[in-house]
Amino acid sequence: MAALGPLGRIARFGSSICRNHRLIYNRSPQRRGIASCIDPSHGLTDEQKEFQKVAFDFATNEMAPHMAEWDQKEMFPVETMRKAAELGFGGIYVQPDVGGSGLSRLDTSVIFEALSTGCVSTTAYISIHNMCAWMIDTFGNAEQREKFCPILCSMEKFASYCLTEPGSGSDAASLLTTAQLKGDHYILNGSKAFISGGGDTDIYVVMCRTGGKGPKGISCLVVEKETPGLSFGKKEKKVGWNSQPTRAVIFEDCAVPVANRLGAEGQGFGIAMRGLNGGRINIASCSLGAAHACVQLARDHLLVRKQFGETLSNNQFLQFKLAEMATRLVASRLLVREAATALQENRSDAVSLCSMAKLFVTDECFDICNQALQMHGGYGYLKDYAVQQFVRDIRVHQILEGTNEVMRMIISRNLLTES
Amino acid sequence: MSGRVLVGVKRVIDYAVKIRVKPDNSSVVTDGVKHSMNPFCEIAVEEAVKLKEKKLIKEVVAVSCGPQQAQETIRTALAMGADRGIHVEVTGKDYETLGPLQVSKIMAALAKKEDAQLVILGKQAIDDDCNQTGQMTAALLDWPQGTFASEVSFDGDKIKVVREIDGGLETIKIKTPAVVTADLRLNTPRYATLPNIMKAKKKKIANVKPADLGVDLTSRLEVVRVDEPPQRQAGVKVETVDDLVGKLKEAGTV
Repeated sequence: MAALGPLGRIARFGSSICRNHRLIYNRSPQRRGIASCIDPSHGLTDEQKEFQKVAFDFATNEMAPHMAEWDQKEMFPVETMRKAAELGFGGIYVQPDVGGSGLSRLDTSVIFEALSTGCVSTTAYISIHNMCAWMIDTFGNAEQREKFCPILCSMEKFASYCLTEPGSGSDAASLLTTAQLKGDHYILNGSKAFISGGGDTDIYVVMCRTGGKGPKGISCLVVEKETPGLSFGKKEKKVGWNSQPTRAVIFEDCAVPVANRLGAEGQGFGIAMRGLNGGRINIASCSLGAAHACVQLARDHLLVRKQFGETLSNNQFLQFKLAEMATRLVASRLLVREAATALQENRSDAVSLCSMAKLFVTDECFDICNQALQMHGGYGYLKDYAVQQFVRDIRVHQILEGTNEVMRMIISRNLLTES
Repeated sequence: MSGRVLVGVKRVIDYAVKIRVKPDNSSVVTDGVKHSMNPFCEIAVEEAVKLKEKKLIKEVVAVSCGPQQAQETIRTALAMGADRGIHVEVTGKDYETLGPLQVSKIMAALAKKEDAQLVILGKQAIDDDCNQTGQMTAALLDWPQGTFASEVSFDGDKIKVVREIDGGLETIKIKTPAVVTADLRLNTPRYATLPNIMKAKKKKIANVKPADLGVDLTSRLEVVRVDEPPQRQAGVKVETVDDLVGKLKEAGTV
């Protein structure tokens, strides 16, 4: 960084710009329809545009003003999320008979993309919560659906998805948490790592081993928070996603009723993977929202910042860079939406497309946000500017819900397997 | 009383958009620009829906005048809780010259046709800032008006309206049927919920032509020219108060 003198001046001058910029930042990422070539409403039905509008309004009014505070103070915004649930965001693709909104995967992607412009971390948690609610809705029996889905859709209770363990991340099928059948209970022993919401949420959808080795020995259990034998590790300190706590989830002779098992014994891995297909679209959608916000922020900055006697927007390199960012954003959006449609229609290419979308979009969007930060110059590095939070928050999207390397495994397997 | 409320909603350029004047200075660029419901109209819809939830009125009808796209605005009103919509089709040159006089004639005709107990409008639209439609509608119907409303309540067979005026707040009681225009602090419009947006799809929007209502759309106004506001000029720094007074005298303002 430059010498302290000029930096000091920049910092002081920066804070007056910051105040203006905070006003601009608060409005511009959510400015619908500015820069019309990247307008996310193109190609949507009237109804989808309405969904998108609600999500954008909610993001602008309820999330964006608090995004920085939630990040810096590591606050889990329970009240705001419950307000979102009142609008139907708690179980977007859960069926209406148990309190969900019954929308399609594409509708869901559009909604998460819009919400993400307000706060990526919170939206990502909401998407995880949605995935858990959907798993219970789809694979649960009547009692389980009645018991858990309504309270999850309203966000009276919050959910966490527990697959990863200290010893099994990408190699998820090798998980070690055991569930021994004793009478009408399973006794769980083991631990899960990196659980989003862990410790603050109420309902844990846990993949555990009821049978032998490999994926066929895995079952899915719903564990409620107050169950004896369930405890949590320390809250992890993260680079981003700070509006959701992340903790290890520990099972020590934790007795879970058999009635809480989703589906049959041995079906758990399949349930987990089906959940992740949608989860990958959702995470990619969150990356899209961040990238969209960052392109608008970069654009606004280029129009305001002057160097060498003119605004940065007159600099051809930056013009071209911005054009590339916009192009990659739109390309990413099209891939996610196509994957969402494929998943909704249960197409044969759905799984590969979801993996491709997650791989391509999380990588591209991180790069877009990073470029946007670069365009901000020194200001991009200051926490007063939103762009750095978008960069930090979406960095992890390239890692979780299946690393981008695992996405490549899935896609190459599809290409190289003789059918 | 029919218990029916008519709410006028206008499709305007979104408040966050940077307005640009067409190169021929004839009007503002609207093609490809984001439009949404006038914010004061949102407040009007919210008030009507609140009245229905309090069971003070029975039906909320959203009305919009304009081309095909006006239906989007009506759908937003339906998603907020209006029961049905009326789209008054106005296109082309007629739409370009559509102003408060024409709209108020339409609203008056509809209020009579629908046997409305109350007409709620936004106090003004953010594109033309006319602040006339509510008042004209009331005059054409010979109904009382409660404009710039920051609070509306039912008091027997009358409506109590607290109005925001320059001097503060004025409370009036008006008989129904009446026209009320919504000001900023009347309420905070709700978000449409996802289920309501889906229910809105099934709600009916009737299509009506101004001619069917016997309304003549000819404008009495002609827009001569549209310009951007003048660029802000640089100021002059002065050293002393005497200099300041001197400069002000020169400029003829003192």
